[in-house]
Amino acid sequence: MSGAASWSFEESDARRIDVLLGSFLRESHARCALLVDRTGQLITVAGERPDFDSTAFASLAAADFSANDQLASMIGEQEFSTLFHQGEKDSMYLADVARRVILIVLFDERATLGMIRIKVRSMVRELAEIFAQLFQRVMGDGGGSRLESSWVDEAEDEIDRLFGS
Amino acid sequence: MSMINYASREINCKIVYYGPGLGGKTTNIEYVYDKVAPNTRGKLISLATETERTLFFDFLPVDLGTIRGFKTRFHLYTVPGQVYYNASRKLILKGVDGIVFVADSQQERHDANVEAMHNLYDNLAEHGHDPRRMPFVIQYNKRDLPNVLSLEALDQALNPTSVPSFEAVGTRGIGVFDTLKAVSKQVIKQLS
Repeated sequence: MSGAASWSFEESDARRIDVLLGSFLRESHARCALLVDRTGQLITVAGERPDFDSTAFASLAAADFSANDQLASMIGEQEFSTLFHQGEKDSMYLADVARRVILIVLFDERATLGMIRIKVRSMVRELAEIFAQLFQRVMGDGGGSRLESSWVDEAEDEIDRLFGS
Repeated sequence: MSMINYASREINCKIVYYGPGLGGKTTNIEYVYDKVAPNTRGKLISLATETERTLFFDFLPVDLGTIRGFKTRFHLYTVPGQVYYNASRKLILKGVDGIVFVADSQQERHDANVEAMHNLYDNLAEHGHDPRRMPFVIQYNKRDLPNVLSLEALDQALNPTSVPSFEAVGTRGIGVFDTLKAVSKQVIKQLS
């Protein structure tokens, strides 16, 4: 085990992705786009700030995608690279990015599914390139970022405080 | 595994409660939900059947606060214990940072405990994890019941590598935070 976080998301990564997601949202007329890693952690949000619990949302979206992956393999497919959930007013379109990240697009009647589908396809290609570089960097770093031992000491104190010493 | 998000200044760690069906995994995180300050916890999500058996997982985010500029959060998950939900269990282990194995101390659950532990080792191996080299604690739950196995017998059956173990009575909260504290400290240490 590396003894470190397996990957890190830097401010420069966030800036590149924000630019991409921003132009995607303008062109597609979607309300909001979220990036969630496959373990259920929220990476970033662009567009309208969601008024729901985004931590829980990220966890459920990753579970949704993982469950559908298993369903795909049961019918002999390697994966379902995209999922679509249609609501009365709001809908969700989910797409795999480089097998590590999920792009989730929330949209309403101002956007059409066809347009979302087309724009997501090119968006996913660009995001995949960014994440490929990001993971390459992590591997080059020998497994990811490490935090200072003073951070650990302080975190341990907080654990005692929160969970009882 | 943990991701350090320098952009949003967040660190999230995933802790999974594993073990046989009806062993008390959900009870553990429900107790945590009830007892931690409301401003430090998120929504408790339970994907359960109509009879309140865990179908996919329970999920509870707990905020540790901002430590040296990083908002630090533990994501607590339980897996469904029933044998036939193995596909779901495997999915939840993806990206796990620490494991709590909740064993049922009752004599008649001995085989179920052992089977669940074997299943955990198999499923972790599929994700490329070695349980001997990751944050891992065992909780011997239901210690208040009359027909429980001795700690020696439980250790012999479930804990050959002598990972930290805790006695618990989940329904009364006994041992719940000791267990969580031990695994979360192990997880935090792995980040430095």
